[in-house]
Amino acid sequence: MNLYRYASPSTFYPLAGRLAPWFFALAFILAVIGLYISFFVAPTDFQQGEGYRIIFIHVPAAWMSMFIYIVMAFWSAIGLAWNTRLSFIMARALAPTGAMFTFIALWTGAFWGKPMWGAWWVWDARLTSELILFFLYVGVMALQAAIDDPRRSDRAGALLNLVGVINVPIIYFSVKWWNTLHQGSSVSLTRAPSMAHIMLWGMLIMALAAWMYAIAVAFVRARSMLLERERQASWVRELPEGKA
Amino acid sequence: MLTANNLSCERGERLLFRNLNLELNEGEALLVRGANGHGKTSLLRILCGLSAPASGEVFWCGESIRAAKETYGKEMAYVAHSNGIKEELTPLENMVLSARLCGRGLDMETAESALAQLGLARCMDLPSRVLSFGQRRRVTLAGLLTAGALLWILDEPLTGLDVSGVAMVEQMIRDHVAAGGMIIATTHHALELGDLKPKTLTVGESA
Amino acid sequence: MKFLATVIQRDILLATRRRGDWLTAQFFFVLVVSMFPLGIGPDPAVLRMIGPGVIWVAALLATLLSMSRLYADDHRDGTLEQMMLSPYSNIVLALGKSIAHWIINGIPLLVIAPLLGIQFGLAGKVLWILMLSLAIGTPILSLLGSIGAALTLGLRGGGVLITLLILPLYVPVLIFGAGAVEGTLAGIGAEANLSLLGAFLVLSLLLAPWVSATALKISLE
Repeated sequence: MNLYRYASPSTFYPLAGRLAPWFFALAFILAVIGLYISFFVAPTDFQQGEGYRIIFIHVPAAWMSMFIYIVMAFWSAIGLAWNTRLSFIMARALAPTGAMFTFIALWTGAFWGKPMWGAWWVWDARLTSELILFFLYVGVMALQAAIDDPRRSDRAGALLNLVGVINVPIIYFSVKWWNTLHQGSSVSLTRAPSMAHIMLWGMLIMALAAWMYAIAVAFVRARSMLLERERQASWVRELPEGKA
Repeated sequence: MLTANNLSCERGERLLFRNLNLELNEGEALLVRGANGHGKTSLLRILCGLSAPASGEVFWCGESIRAAKETYGKEMAYVAHSNGIKEELTPLENMVLSARLCGRGLDMETAESALAQLGLARCMDLPSRVLSFGQRRRVTLAGLLTAGALLWILDEPLTGLDVSGVAMVEQMIRDHVAAGGMIIATTHHALELGDLKPKTLTVGESA
Repeated sequence: MKFLATVIQRDILLATRRRGDWLTAQFFFVLVVSMFPLGIGPDPAVLRMIGPGVIWVAALLATLLSMSRLYADDHRDGTLEQMMLSPYSNIVLALGKSIAHWIINGIPLLVIAPLLGIQFGLAGKVLWILMLSLAIGTPILSLLGSIGAALTLGLRGGGVLITLLILPLYVPVLIFGAGAVEGTLAGIGAEANLSLLGAFLVLSLLLAPWVSATALKISLE
């Protein structure tokens, strides 16, 4: 199998078009299963009551927010190294989804925090890192939006993305350090007492659903970006939607 | 000496030119022609190494200019639209500074005589901020004279110059080529170059 | 090496010709710090507690204020392109510009900071640690900021954009820098924070000029 073939926009475009609905369907099915487990199968937590169920959204969203940033950095690195246009487009297509998951993680974190900690926001190390990750996403998107020339915009965004990904562990470490220095909250999001297997399953399935959703959305977004950028190219003109 | 193979250049989504080849040897001049927005400046920026072409490569003495930055930086001088002059500094300071940044020493007498040659004897010690645009252009050209570069890449060198300034540039070009130098220039004016018959290249015809 | 020295000398010379701009950034630092007691109240215990953090945050902002012009002026008059075409490495150019920025804008912050610290009731050893933490931390600010300045070169609203891009990257500097001073206040000592800050400085020194040079190339194309 020649992988390079799939790096060509003219092959990627129809392939992504065919695959996107499947990923959407998978995302939907997995989300239904995951939500069923999290609301009806998983037992009520004896300490946290029903409110803990928000972690079935919160934890997968937090995982995704970090994964997507790393995946973006991966595409950025490939794009800068081999100057492949599709990699930049993939990195760009993922950014809004990543930012959305970061936002969801923060939002649900606040909802979880209110009953558990009695405050909407606590400067917990994880929440704070997540907030900074959100700023990093916004920075990359703002930079890309501010540059009109697509080539420069792609490459500048990719470079910033790479700088960010080197910094994320340092930021995370420093925030943890800061948190211990200031004797922050003693409750931690992940120190849920002996997580039941079924809870872990629920979270994993939800995370998979989020993955499928992210891939589907990235495909759709990448397709529309390709159409817009390559409208001069012959393969676009031969498409039924290119003839209009 | 300078060769370019299969250059193509894109700006935004527009293809400016494709499969452009050129070769230039010592004692030759090349005039780049083309209407506004057809890629003359883009071509010059590719040739001097500021931008990367969408495809193709530029070679200096058989070596890619990206690999030969050290030699190419010494032997090539680029005059852009902007003059590359700091307004806070005097013409003399500007010249000495750009020479040092290129790793050359420049003594005061050489700099002064170059400035005098371009008719700037009276404003050598004024801050460049008070000079007119044409005068600043002359400072840039004085820098070019002292740069000792073999290849000059000139983007609209005549902009802002008066009649005597234009004549001076024409003389500079003739002298440089006669001494075995190489020139690539764009200009909207017809140049009076006497016996010198430059090659010409038109960009963006197909667009 | 000679090129590096020339780049640094050049920027310092230009700064001496434009003292007004230079004073603005320093005055901004003083002004921002002085606003906090007015907003919070003059309780000495509270001021002593927030002092290190406030001075550090103001230092970040003041650095970014002057940073947006690091390459923009040279870009506008075409000297940046000429320097990029010089026979020397662009990495050295970016390093030189960052060092020059630190000498011009970072060192004055170190000198002013103890005076502001006194206003916040800091004294003695704490002031020394404040200066020391700024001495290690502000070069990092200049090095990382240079990346932002290069990326936002010639963009509309570049000044605000650079803040958005670079402030999150400054988080570790802020934490270790302010942490060192607070640690001294609390009697824990500052060594751990200062060593981490030093490690971050070494890392930035190795990577940031390279990234800045790449960013400049991307922006000028």
